[in-house]
Amino acid sequence: MIEITFRHKKFEVKENMTARDALQKIGIDPESVLITVNGKLVTDDVILRAGDVVKLVAVVSGGSAIAR
Amino acid sequence: MRHHKLALCAPHYGEWFVVSTQRAIEKYKMFTRAERVLVAVSGGKDSLALWDVLTRLGYATDGLYVGLGIQGELAYSDQSLARIREFQAQHVPDATLHIVDVQETYGKTIPEIARASSRGHGKPCSACGLTKRYVMNRLAAERGYAALATGHNLDDEAAVLMQNTLHWQTGYLARQAPVLEAGEGLARKVKPFCRFYERETAAYAMVRDINYVYDECPHAVGNLTNFYKTLLNQLEAQSPGAKLQFYTQFLKARRAGFFDAPSSDQIALRVCDVCGQPTTAPGRCAFCRMWDVAAPPNDALELGNALSAQDAWTAASARVAENMDLSDL
Repeated sequence: MIEITFRHKKFEVKENMTARDALQKIGIDPESVLITVNGKLVTDDVILRAGDVVKLVAVVSGGSAIAR
Repeated sequence: MRHHKLALCAPHYGEWFVVSTQRAIEKYKMFTRAERVLVAVSGGKDSLALWDVLTRLGYATDGLYVGLGIQGELAYSDQSLARIREFQAQHVPDATLHIVDVQETYGKTIPEIARASSRGHGKPCSACGLTKRYVMNRLAAERGYAALATGHNLDDEAAVLMQNTLHWQTGYLARQAPVLEAGEGLARKVKPFCRFYERETAAYAMVRDINYVYDECPHAVGNLTNFYKTLLNQLEAQSPGAKLQFYTQFLKARRAGFFDAPSSDQIALRVCDVCGQPTTAPGRCAFCRMWDVAAPPNDALELGNALSAQDAWTAASARVAENMDLSDL
């Protein structure tokens, strides 16, 4: 199993699937995060292997209001 | 980048991002290298990436941070200022950072003024937006900057576009554009990142080792704009490029005259009795009404009462160190 960390929460998925598929398995919108594997930014078609350390970075804007 | 059918290594991604920004600046005739640009910075990825890219492109930039007094468990505002100062020291050491602390200047934090006024139905986002727009516009206009640049990205623009379209807010649709021209008392406003996906600006910030505020504002959780972003992301997942097409085709329709903006004489701008800023209402402007400013003040933007950047930084650093552990961010 591979552990995925996102905002202090941890999820487990099977290895040998793409990162995009893994995100869909755990119900996270792939468009809303960046994926790092073993500390490196990767594209979402990368295959997750046993032992990989996967962390997600949220990309939502930090502002409190959208200025029109 | 599925919408571009393009995958790049980190160094080439950084180059692509900078070149694409320059292309947008030229396409929409935003500003030139002979002009001074004020970059509104919040401590988030978009605004810090924008300041970084404009500096790398050789534009003359300064920064503006509006201290909102939003703290909570994350010490959000203090953390934001800390990130901005760290960024400034590393990436734009020669630029000036203007800091306007709302509480120091007007007597209340944003959550406090939101509770005290009737705006926003208990949420501070409306009061926050009004205050930021006022301060940013006024400082940019009064200090003679050629343009005020904000880090709005494609996801921001598409979400607002969807919201305004679903409600047929034709006035807002007419005014949504990469460039809002200057008017009497109104600074020119530009959005150089309006064609970048939110993931793209975040990726650029990571590639450049920009340490930004990862957490969203505690008051933004569950807001309507994020709801529309989620809907658009579902569309994007099924149809890569949908967000970009939605926005760019809107701009094309806008250029073709589908959303003609009313001319300034139709809008009938007046001058606020108190601060002299443009307003559509007679008497006091919305900002002066909300903050209950009754007389022409020695207010912040004369900057006599505003914190100096160094004072604000020192105070914020002390509060951050006291309240939180930054190592896990």
